[in-house]
Amino acid sequence: MDFKLSKQHLLQQKLYRDFAEAEIRPIAQEMDETETFSMDLLGKLHKYGLMGIPFSRAYGGSGGDYLGFSLCMEEVSKIDGATGLTMSVHSLACSCIDNFGTEEQKQRFLRPLVDGSKTGCFGLTEPNAGSDAAGQQSKAVLYHDKYTINGTKIFTTNSGFADTFVMFAMTDKSKGIRGISAFLVEKGAPGLAVGPNIRRMGVRASSNCEVSYENVEVPASNRLGKEGDGFKIAMKALDGGRIGIAAQAVGLAQGALNEAVKYAKERKQFGKRISSFQSSQFKIADLQTRIDAARLMTHRAAAARDNGENYSSHAAMAKLFASRMANDVCRECVQLMGGYGYCREYPVERALRDAKITEIYEGTSEVMQMVIAGAMKVF
Amino acid sequence: MKIVVCIKQVPDTSEVKLDSKTGRLMREGVPSIINPDDKSGIEAALRIKEETGGSVAVVSMGPPQADFALREALAMGCDEAYLITAKEFAGSDTFATAKILAGALGKIGFDLIITGRQAIDGDTAQVGPQIAENLNIPQVSYVEDIEVNGCALTVKRQFEDRYHILEVKTPCLLTALSELAPPRYMHVRGTVEAYEKEVQTLGFEDLAGTFDPSCIGLAGSPTSVYKSFGKKPKGAGEMHKNLSADEAVSLIISKMAERHII
Amino acid sequence: MSSDIYVAVEQRDGEIARVSLELIGEAKRLASELGQKAYAMLLGDNIKGKAKELIEYGADGVIFVEDPMLAEYATEPYAKAVSAVINECSPEIVLFGATSIGRDLAPRVAARVGTGLTADCTRLDLDFSNYVEYASKNTNLDTSALAPGDADAGLMQTRPAFGGNIMATILCKTRPQMASVRPGVMKMAERDAARVGEIREMNVGFSPEDMNVAIKEVVRETHKTTDIADAKCLVSGGRGIGGPEFFGKLKELAELLGGDFSSSRANVDAGWAPKDRQVGQTGKTVRPELYLACGISGAIQHVAGMEGSDFIIAINKNEDAAIFEVADLGIVGDVRAIVPKLIEAVAKYKAKAEGIMKGDTDAIQDF
Repeated sequence: MDFKLSKQHLLQQKLYRDFAEAEIRPIAQEMDETETFSMDLLGKLHKYGLMGIPFSRAYGGSGGDYLGFSLCMEEVSKIDGATGLTMSVHSLACSCIDNFGTEEQKQRFLRPLVDGSKTGCFGLTEPNAGSDAAGQQSKAVLYHDKYTINGTKIFTTNSGFADTFVMFAMTDKSKGIRGISAFLVEKGAPGLAVGPNIRRMGVRASSNCEVSYENVEVPASNRLGKEGDGFKIAMKALDGGRIGIAAQAVGLAQGALNEAVKYAKERKQFGKRISSFQSSQFKIADLQTRIDAARLMTHRAAAARDNGENYSSHAAMAKLFASRMANDVCRECVQLMGGYGYCREYPVERALRDAKITEIYEGTSEVMQMVIAGAMKVF
Repeated sequence: MKIVVCIKQVPDTSEVKLDSKTGRLMREGVPSIINPDDKSGIEAALRIKEETGGSVAVVSMGPPQADFALREALAMGCDEAYLITAKEFAGSDTFATAKILAGALGKIGFDLIITGRQAIDGDTAQVGPQIAENLNIPQVSYVEDIEVNGCALTVKRQFEDRYHILEVKTPCLLTALSELAPPRYMHVRGTVEAYEKEVQTLGFEDLAGTFDPSCIGLAGSPTSVYKSFGKKPKGAGEMHKNLSADEAVSLIISKMAERHII
Repeated sequence: MSSDIYVAVEQRDGEIARVSLELIGEAKRLASELGQKAYAMLLGDNIKGKAKELIEYGADGVIFVEDPMLAEYATEPYAKAVSAVINECSPEIVLFGATSIGRDLAPRVAARVGTGLTADCTRLDLDFSNYVEYASKNTNLDTSALAPGDADAGLMQTRPAFGGNIMATILCKTRPQMASVRPGVMKMAERDAARVGEIREMNVGFSPEDMNVAIKEVVRETHKTTDIADAKCLVSGGRGIGGPEFFGKLKELAELLGGDFSSSRANVDAGWAPKDRQVGQTGKTVRPELYLACGISGAIQHVAGMEGSDFIIAINKNEDAAIFEVADLGIVGDVRAIVPKLIEAVAKYKAKAEGIMKGDTDAIQDF
């Protein structure tokens, strides 16, 4: 067993850290206030290969792995959770094509997404189908080599600026989850409409809209996998996505704790620096310990995936633990900083708001518990 | 054009803190970085390569850990990397370092050598010009802009009160200001490929005959550090925390008057 | 082999750089410790006329080299000339200004004549007891542990290292011992028009190939001519001044005090102030009679460039700011509130003082 990152991963970590400090930190608060993701930042994320980390160089990707991707998610989310989310969902869309696309689909759709030219989004959740994906009401009907798609997706992250929409619709309602299929829809398709940004508590800079499909026609060659593979495609992507969300939670917590520690070393109360009180020291030590535990679980899940092992329950446990941890840690960090922690001038309140969603998206904590219990054969 | 960039791995001195009690440097946990002026030199070299073709090699003399700085340079887009390392080289001052580097550069071959103006740990700005002297080629230091026209370079050379536009022919050596070219980030793909490439190591034996062995290392260096130390904190002055602006102003005025400043 | 001390004098457009006069002052001081002489090397085109000035500032003699190639600075002709003087005169010590010229020239010459070089010195000692006194008074060096034999080590060259975090004293075992010295650090001697000394020309034997770069254009940047190192009083702004427009206020105050304004690195990086205003490790070293630090936190790199000031006043909102550790007078408060009032008060004070000088009785009563 080796708990050290390889030199190559350390080099990547340096890139992610340098990039986040210089490119994201100066604009993170403004992006949150204006609820707008910077297109300039998106361009730079693409330019330096941060949007194609775990994808093959054969398709123009960066040729890294999921451990590298989770290092990136952590470093970026230390500074800004919304940027982490934007990268994570893009990656989710890419992995659907990477896992199930034909060679022709990979060349046509995956390549531009991972070589830095286009951005993807992932549309599964509907107003009436959240954790229960089988409740899909979107429909796709095949006629003469073309599917006609109708339906409405909600909370589609990145949809405000995405070029490629990976979306799920029922091709055979009678088969339940086995009747779901996955489709690739391109921006500008007639009948595809993206609504206004949904106003949220956290990760406010990310684009998150309702997307409606009204008689959107796509060629049959835009279907990923076979008819009925949709649920499998979505679940496999989400299994991997959870590693990224766990890393995002670790980053949010570590970023908040770093701020709180810095503050505690500067701020004096009762004639002493806050950091000199043993109560603060014990609190900080506990928080760091929990962050580190979550980080180890995240790295184990990523390494399992990179080694081709079954990682589903490792990823679920990492996300379950890390997302709860992040909420606790960010809340405690606000408390350590008192009134200033609560102020928007400091980034810790933003981390606390951003952390909440990690317990909800890409599978709620309750869904993670179902996955873990299922893997334990506790029925 | 074959461009060789010399880089140094340095501690990020802006993160170095002094222990106020002992006056010692606290170097623990201080990250090692590519010296900023050198990194600007890498960027300038990559831009020349992108515009006019050729190749960029990167060279560092240092302990084996300097491999990491070379990998970063590869990940930014450099084609080749050389690590110059040997126990015989340890303790070299700038005079001796320049001898070794000049020997290595002669072996590697070059049209243009770029070094940073100075390293942030030593701040001497000496190694670049001394390499040029050892190789008997022209140097231009404090370079803020480079334009390539065949084997002639037009460069902007900065001074305190003026700049020169100079023309210099290759082979030559330029020392880069950090203003020369704000460096790019590594590319993620570059970080992967950096570890698929080989960093070539040049040791004492490899460079035999390129310099006089009595002129290198601790023993061959003309200068040596006699002592290093911290400054004693200046005796505390007076400090006032709760003055109104008007009170503060009168106090400042009286102090200035006392010292005949006004 | 002589034991004399030589200064490579820097001139631009025929004007002697201030740092060279400072170095002549220092060379004279060091030479007196050795019982030897201080010489100036003067290079340029039609430059002989400036030799007398160097004598008046303390040089015992001047060796000048004239050639059209030396009109504007270029590395090779200058390196050739200085190396020729060194080879002929065998000085014990050669000093250069640590400017963009000196820091280009000195290393090239050192490599050519085969000797060591110490960059950016802030202190030079030949007399060991002076060094010990300095070290025990100003540093944490344990001077009781220094070996008595060290007294014969030669020139003790002290310089900041690690971004100003520490100081190091460097020794050189080859001759000449060469050093570049930061501008503003050494004291110029009083000019004495009655001083006389030997002025001698040296022929270097230039060939056209020595000019191995072509100077296509020389662009003088007038806005760069301000030298904050010359100011007797500096009003300096840090991030705490809130915005670039507040430099107007600092400038107004500085002018009233007969000084100039300067800046922290952060403000220069942010584009609030030009680079030549920057005080600190990567900017200039200053030692004015008064340094008024307004909203400057006091990063170690900044402090390294101003702690030699005679009197330091710091105004900062944050009572934990490091600048207070070097300040003679520290005021915890808002510089944006204090400075405008200070301008008024200084103006009023000066008006009154002038009134007194003119014999204005009202002013005397008010005073």
